[in-house]
Amino acid sequence: MSAAEEVVAEGHQAVEAVPKRAMTLAARTSFVVLLILLIVPLFAKNFIIFQMTMLLIYGLAVLALNILTGGSGQFSLGQSAFYAVGAYTTAVLMEHFNVNYALTLPIAGVVCFAFGFLFGHPALRLSGVYLALATFALATATPQILKLNLLEHWTGGVQGLVVTKPDAPLGLPMSQDMWLYYFTLLVAMIVYIFSVNLLRSRSGRAFMAIRDNEIAASAMGVDVALYKTLAFGVSAGITGVAGGLSAITVQFVAPDSFTITLAISLFLGMVVGGVGWLPGSFVGAAFIIFVPNMAESISKGLSGAVFGVLLFLVIYLVPHGARQVAFLAHNLLPKRTKN
Amino acid sequence: MELFTNQVLAGIATGAIYACMALAVVMIYQAIDHLNFAQGEMAMFSTFISWQLMQWGVPYWAAFVITLALSFVAGIAIERILFQPLAKAPILTNVAGFIALFAILNSCAGLIWDFTIKQYPTPFGSAPFLGSQLISTHQAGMIGVTVLLLLGLYFFFQYTRIGLAMRAAASVPESARLVGINTSWMIALGWGMATAIGSIAGMLIAPVVFLEPNMMGGVLIYGFAAAVLGGLTSPFGAVVGGFLVGIFENLAGTYIPGVGNELKLPIALALIISVLVVKPAGLFGRHIVKRV
Repeated sequence: MSAAEEVVAEGHQAVEAVPKRAMTLAARTSFVVLLILLIVPLFAKNFIIFQMTMLLIYGLAVLALNILTGGSGQFSLGQSAFYAVGAYTTAVLMEHFNVNYALTLPIAGVVCFAFGFLFGHPALRLSGVYLALATFALATATPQILKLNLLEHWTGGVQGLVVTKPDAPLGLPMSQDMWLYYFTLLVAMIVYIFSVNLLRSRSGRAFMAIRDNEIAASAMGVDVALYKTLAFGVSAGITGVAGGLSAITVQFVAPDSFTITLAISLFLGMVVGGVGWLPGSFVGAAFIIFVPNMAESISKGLSGAVFGVLLFLVIYLVPHGARQVAFLAHNLLPKRTKN
Repeated sequence: MELFTNQVLAGIATGAIYACMALAVVMIYQAIDHLNFAQGEMAMFSTFISWQLMQWGVPYWAAFVITLALSFVAGIAIERILFQPLAKAPILTNVAGFIALFAILNSCAGLIWDFTIKQYPTPFGSAPFLGSQLISTHQAGMIGVTVLLLLGLYFFFQYTRIGLAMRAAASVPESARLVGINTSWMIALGWGMATAIGSIAGMLIAPVVFLEPNMMGGVLIYGFAAAVLGGLTSPFGAVVGGFLVGIFENLAGTYIPGVGNELKLPIALALIISVLVVKPAGLFGRHIVKRV
């Protein structure tokens, strides 16, 4: 019987263990990526800059989910709810209270952190599919709640809110889009460094211990309830910052931009990028932004099918997402340089 | 009081839809241990096939049986071709596969049969059932079929060798393999049966919600919710869960002020989550003991 139960325990480990060092990029590679991200917009059209900004924003949201799922092993389909709360916090603060756009982001982060932390409490008793359903309920409820008449004065109801686009400060000679891009890049860098350090810290180790084996973690003295809710809070907070950035960039928030479809895209982004590999979040974000457009351009009527086939191709070739590609490259490169 | 009874009756009628879908969800969960997000789209596709057969002049029950057989084979084929290669991939990758399948089926159905809403015939007629305005004969027939299906599944799993083998393969794959059960094929069989049950659900639901590529969206969510509420390991629980969700939904819509059609779903889900917080394995689910 003991053998049987062990099998059950193994089968229920939904997220595979990723060693801590394997979760990030080496310093040199990070530097090259950052350089590319800094230089490319100087030679790109405004629309492409806008898309790159969106890529960074979605990347942050995927990163947040990655901390929750890849880090602490909890699954969420409710990220769109936190994204919406962040976006609305920023929009309401900017439009109703004239708060500077840059200041709204930390507020959005804190509000979402609190929201996520509180939501994490009832969610503590649930895991796996049950947690998925609970977070799913949150995601479906959010657009409906935002449409409520009661809140219409603040949220603008079904119409949503229009947000003014900020100008570049200090009279810098760059377009609004370009300024927003660099602003987003700065925020993304801060959040990324924070996340990397978080996962390397005591809390990060606690997350991973819970992910790998909850019972063992609690036996070793990890406060499972605290760290699980903390993971929810941090994830929600980062998603909130991403939502706030999206409100500024898109210049518009409306309930129907935050449906379950958004949560599902973020989930797909995480899988494509590699669960538990933080840099992959941005690769995943690129996938969920560009591949649907690509599918549409291949065939208008069958865009869904083309998207599905492409997704199948990706998960067949690299079931572990971009992480697998990065590892392959990592294992090949040193040999070549030696030859 | 009469309003209350009427709403409960109406809830049972809609609940039958959810119960049917929940049964299919539980079937696949038993076989592969996760929820298949594409289940609703697979049921929708089967329903379209039966509709097409009827358009070509095949009588209802013949179309019903042919669709059932086709769905069974298609379910096995999907497992063998698409998901068998992913058997060793992480679970979340499999879930992404379900989402891909969802997109493919939805988009293909839209292209083949387009997105206009179609009438779908019912074999039971749509007269009021036993003089009640709230339950039609179709809905009564649907409840009857669901109950029959449940009984059939119960006997299949409890009293046949292959049912026993499937249960063994699902609960302890390693040991099942050691006693000579082909667990890989049991999973395929589970897919086939789940798809067939899903097609029955689709054909029963279509006269109520009308036939179109997106018809299953809402139904599947309620089906999942019902399955989770009843406990994912119990087909009986799934059916009870389905009826309960139907009743919840109707009563919430009637008695809580300000709840329009839009808020029905969030409230039903919130109620289910409250139940889950008290009973995390669902109402009739089996607790799984974990070891370190």
